[in-house]
Formats: sequence, C-alpha cells, structure tokens
Amino acid sequence: MDFEDTQTEAAFRAEVRAWLAANAPRFVPAAEASEAERVKLMRAWTAEKAKAGYVGFTLPRELGGRGGSAVEEIIFVEEQARVAVPHIETFNLGPSVGIPVLMKHAHPEHVSRLAGPTLRGEVVWCQMFSEPGAGSDVAAIRTRAVRDGDEWVVNGQKVWTSGAHIADWGMLITRTNPAVPKHQGLTFFILDMKSPGVEVRPLKQMWGRSEFNEVFFTDVRIPDHQRLGDIDGGWQVVLTTLSNERLALIYDRTVGRNLVAPLLRLASHIPSPEGGSLVASSGFCDRLASYYAVVAGVDHIRKRISTSLSRNERPGAEATIGKMTLARVLQEMAAFGMDIAGTAGQVADADPDLAEIQESFFMSAGYRMGGGTEEIGKNIIAERVLGLPQDIRVDKNTPFQSPAGGR
Amino acid sequence: MNFDFSDEERAAQETLRRMLAAQCDRNFVRRVLDGEHGLSRELWRELGWQGWLSTSVPEQYGGQGLGYVLQCAIALELGRALAPVPFWTSFLVSEALLLAGSEDQKRRYLPALARGELVGTVAFAETAGGIRGDLIAAISENGRLTGSKTAVCDGTDADVTLVAAKADGEVHLFLVDLHGAGITRAPQTGIDPTKSLARIDFTAAPAEQLGDERAGGWPVLESLLARTAVLVAFEQLGGAEAALVMARDYALDRHTFGRPVGAFQAIKHKLADIYIANELARSNAYFAAWALNTNSAELPLAAATAHVSATEAFDRAARDNIQVHGGAAIAWQHDCQLFYRRARHLALALGAPGQWRARVVANLAAARAA
Repeated sequence: MDFEDTQTEAAFRAEVRAWLAANAPRFVPAAEASEAERVKLMRAWTAEKAKAGYVGFTLPRELGGRGGSAVEEIIFVEEQARVAVPHIETFNLGPSVGIPVLMKHAHPEHVSRLAGPTLRGEVVWCQMFSEPGAGSDVAAIRTRAVRDGDEWVVNGQKVWTSGAHIADWGMLITRTNPAVPKHQGLTFFILDMKSPGVEVRPLKQMWGRSEFNEVFFTDVRIPDHQRLGDIDGGWQVVLTTLSNERLALIYDRTVGRNLVAPLLRLASHIPSPEGGSLVASSGFCDRLASYYAVVAGVDHIRKRISTSLSRNERPGAEATIGKMTLARVLQEMAAFGMDIAGTAGQVADADPDLAEIQESFFMSAGYRMGGGTEEIGKNIIAERVLGLPQDIRVDKNTPFQSPAGGR
Repeated sequence: MNFDFSDEERAAQETLRRMLAAQCDRNFVRRVLDGEHGLSRELWRELGWQGWLSTSVPEQYGGQGLGYVLQCAIALELGRALAPVPFWTSFLVSEALLLAGSEDQKRRYLPALARGELVGTVAFAETAGGIRGDLIAAISENGRLTGSKTAVCDGTDADVTLVAAKADGEVHLFLVDLHGAGITRAPQTGIDPTKSLARIDFTAAPAEQLGDERAGGWPVLESLLARTAVLVAFEQLGGAEAALVMARDYALDRHTFGRPVGAFQAIKHKLADIYIANELARSNAYFAAWALNTNSAELPLAAATAHVSATEAFDRAARDNIQVHGGAAIAWQHDCQLFYRRARHLALALGAPGQWRARVVANLAAARAA
C-alpha cells in the first residue's frame, strides 16, 4: 500500500511542475474572457503542450503522441489542475476517444491526416450520438444515412452534443438499415462540421450556460471513405468510443467538483443554537461527514485506478463509480448548503459560496445524466460486475421499423 | 504509486481465508449465536500461533514487525468470516502498550497478546452517549480503581482491560488484570451475541497506569481510537463484502415471476448500490491503512473517514441483504441476522457514530484553518 510516487513518477512530476511553472502563466485567461477568447487560448495552450510532448500520452510517437504511459497522463492532469490554464472539456474528446477510434476503425490516411492536428488543438471533435428519441438507448437513433454512389446523404437531428459549436470534426452514428433489428442497421461516420447542410444550434441549460447543442442535418453529403467500420456495423464502433469514454472520465475535473470547502466556510459564519458556529453542530457534522466520505472515497478510487493502469490492467466498472456518486452527492450538498442558510439561502448574489452552491444545484442535475444516467450505470455494475441477468429487451431481435422496434 | 495490497499480502489473505473457511465457517459462528459455546479460545490461540494477530507488533515484543497494512488485510478476512474473536479489542490494547506503555508493561503483555494467549479489551463506556470526559465517573486513586463500565466487548472472557478513569480530575488510561481482586463481571444481552458484552464493576481493583508518566490520557485515547478504527473499518468492509456475495448469490438462485429476482432492476440497483458503497469504503480504508502504516499526519481524518464510510457500507449491506432475501431472512435459522447484528456491533464498538462524523468535520475544519 504505497500512496507516494515511485522515483520515476516523482521525477516526472517534478519535470511537469517545472515546465508548467515556466509556460502556463502565458495562457491564463482573463476573468472576463469571452468563450471565443478562451477557445483560442485553449488551442494555443494545447499546441504548446504538443510541442513539449505533453499530449496523447499513450498514443504512438509517429502520430504525434508521447508514446508514454497512462500514469504519466494522470500525473500531468493532476499537476495541470493546479494552474489556471483554460479548461474546455471538448478538447479532450479527440485525443482520448477520437484518435483511438480512428486507429481501430478508420482508413490509415484519416489517422495520419487528423491525429497530429487533433493533438495540437487545431482539430476539435464532438460526438453526435444522442437524439431527441434516443438517450440511454443509443441504438434507437433515427438520423438516416442513404447511400448515393461514393457518398452518403444524411438527414436528421442530434441533441445534447457537447462542444459542437466549437468542433471542427464530428463522430456521427446514423441508421442505414431500418429493416433489421436496431443494433444491426447502424453505420458510423466522421465528418467535417463545416460540411454544407450541418446546422449547429446552441442549447441554453437551466443554469444559464451553453455547453450543449442541437445539430441538424439536411442532405449532408459524407464521402464513403469517412465511414468507420462496416456498413450496418456501426454499433461495434460505438462500443469502442464508449469504452474509451469510460476511461476518459478519470480525467474529468468537472465531476470532481464538490462543495466541502464552501459548506465549511458557509457554516462557519452561521451561529449554532448549540453555541459556537454550525460547524460543530451534530446536524451539520452528520451530513457533511457522509458527503465527505463519498468525495474522499472517489478520490481514492482514482488512485486505485491509477494503480491498475500502471500495471497495464484495464480498469473495470469501478471507473464509473465517481460519475455515479459525485453528481448525486453534489446535488444533495447543494440543497443542504441552501438549507443551512435558511431563507437567505435563496439569494445567490450576496455570497460567493452560496453562488457556487446554487450553480452546483443546477449543474449536478445535469451531471446525473451526462455520460450515461445513474440508472444505466447501475445496470452495468449489476450485470458486468455482479453477474446479474440482463434486462429483458423486447426490441432486441425485431426489425427497427416494425411497431415493436425502436420505440 | 501502488494503492493496493501487495502480492505477499494477498497470498497471506488467501491462506487465512482458507484457514477460516475450515475452522470458522458460518455454522461455527451460528453455534456461538445459539449459545452452544462462547468465545473460542482454541480459534484465538490458533490465530495467535499462526501469527495472524501480531504482524504489526515489533519482533522484540513477540510480534513480526511487518507493519499495519498486512494487519488490515487480516482484519478484512476476519470480518468476512464474521470471526467471533476478540480481534479489535486485543489490537487496541497492544496499540496502547506500544504507544504509551512502559517497557515493563510491553514485555509483560505484548508477547502473550501476540500469541493469542491473552485476551485484551477496553472499558470506556459508562452510560449512553459518546466517549467524553464528562461521562466518565470511574476514579483511580493510589493504584485502586473504582467504577462501573458497560458494554465491555469480550468482557466476560478478557484477561486484561484498558480502563478510562479519572485521576486528579483528568481522564487517564489504566491497565487492570481482570482475574485480580475487586472485579465483578456480569454478562449483558447484546445486539451481537457472537461478540459477548459484559458489565464490569471495579471495586478498589488494583490498577496500574499505562506508562510511567502521567502524561494525560485523552490524546492517547483519541489516538488509540483512530488507530483501531482503521482495523475496524477493514473488519466492516469484510462483512459488507460477504453480505453482498450472499445477497447476489441468492438473487441469482431465487426465481419469482418466472425470472431470477436478480433480473429485476429493483434488486439489481439495490445490489449495485451496495457494491458502490463497499468500493467507496474500500478506497477510504486503503487510504487509512496507508496513513496508519506511515504514521501520516492525515491519520486522524483518514481513520475517521474510513470508519464512517465502512459503517455506512456494512449497515447498508446487512440491511439490504435481508431485503433481497425476503421473508425467509427474518427466521432465526437464517444467517442474514449474523451480518445484521455484526454491522451494528462494529458501528457502535468504538463509540457513537455521530462522534466519528464530528471528528471527520473537525479535522476538515482544522485542515482548512491551517
């Protein structure tokens, strides 16, 4: 049980720290920077990292990667989190999901053409899976692709597409054969987001920000060489993206957000009926300790995952525990923070801690769905870890276009 | 970074698991519950002889000097087997001696505790409420201790006990030979009869102070509780994992409405929730094991967090194991109650759970202020 870096890890951490200290300050965005300015800065920061070899840690050198280890990546992400460089989650998708998927399923020419620019932040990716009628049940999508010579013509709509408004390229799953069961009639493409007929409309979330989009396709033409996997074999490609996405969650800082510090600060200013501040009251301690036990537990689960990565083992379903617990706990902590402030807890603009608490109250509701709902996550744990039977899937073997299919 | 048990620790765990499967299966535990026998001295001695009780005790005192992580792995297996042995109590006494005992006290008690020849326990509670100085009325004067302690774990069998009592108005820790004069023990009906409880009355019982110096017992007691909480967290985790396996196996086996009950989401999600709580508890326990082994400054927070997390996990696993089993589980003959009882015993053994939660928050607040 060794919680410290090995000598090699410590040396790498020191190297990264020194490099960040020398280079990061030039890329810190101003507080009032617009999204466009942040994106520009994020592209520049990514290019700077690429020059120094701090991108694509586990990707081969010939593609512009580092040819290093997942442990190095984790160390870099940990250290990078200490500096105020821009952080836009969408930039992660290409290196962590896009390139591995291209390597496995795309024509080698696409890999060599897109990998380098992706790692340098010149090409940003988005993933167009969810539709208004297909969330947890991704295979129920309806966006159609119809073959026309060497091209495919795409019509339909995607939704909840993170970062589509800043993305250069997209991964897209379409239906090419509605006459067979839903998983068997899907085809996967990559496409230039500037293709004619692609329209991106930002969605505004209930907490006021816009991180997601609707994407509409009207007679969008995609060359057949941009197809990944077989015709009607797109589900295999989707599975590749999902398994890489699960790993990517380890690096996601947003799900690591918690309110332990704001709650402690807030409570320290509120007098307790038992005397002293609320911090020492049993009502406060009972709740905060439970929340903290989850937050700390997830932190340490990440260390266990690092350990399995360092042994070249693939982390299992425990990698999803963070996502599945932190969002719910964040939501509970946010409501609790308002509760202890009482009537004044409704006001967001008087106290930065209450502002963060209120924002978390809304964002957490979204986190509970992002990357797969908690309920789907529990099914996965029950089936893959505990070996319980799969749910009955009534449409598994019926043609998608039949009354029982795809509804 | 290697945030896991080592191969050697895993091998040791496996050996102990096999030994316990042979000598301490669930029927063995049940016979204790049914009152056929009390604490098994044979099993305790066997564990001692095989070296399972002393891996963290230095060699000069009859232990093996292998550190605390292995001791945590052992606690995990004892918990999994629901072993009715005085493990955490004896560990606490050994730790007290190592932390604050005089050289003479260490030599007198540690080797015998390590070999499983002695059973040690701790007597602090007198009334309902947490472990607090103002709730301790027992008094020690001129080497004689007078007072009453309740819910002393393994108290009917223990040979030596650590007692929290007041001297000159301050709480201090004393060692008392339970076979000596002035001791009256009365068995108590407890939540978990596989861990006996006793009321012990001390009437001018000969008592020696822990250590040569009267250095103030409270910080030592807090430290002992934290160190023991790490081991207890592993015992709790072992029990929670065993309860999950039991519930999972039943959910696969039992059919209702034409399917295994484990095929229904109501049950799948319940079992997934147990798994998640167990994994969180395991991660917190690992961190606490590391903090204990390296004597890290983070130990007080890590230990309290591990105990809080493991208490929640074991309580949930024990409760929902019954729920998954349905009506059959509430029968006396059913083994579900073994977990339900042990989960409560381990939740309360080291004082009120609320006090552990307060320790978590106090440590967080202190770290923030620093």
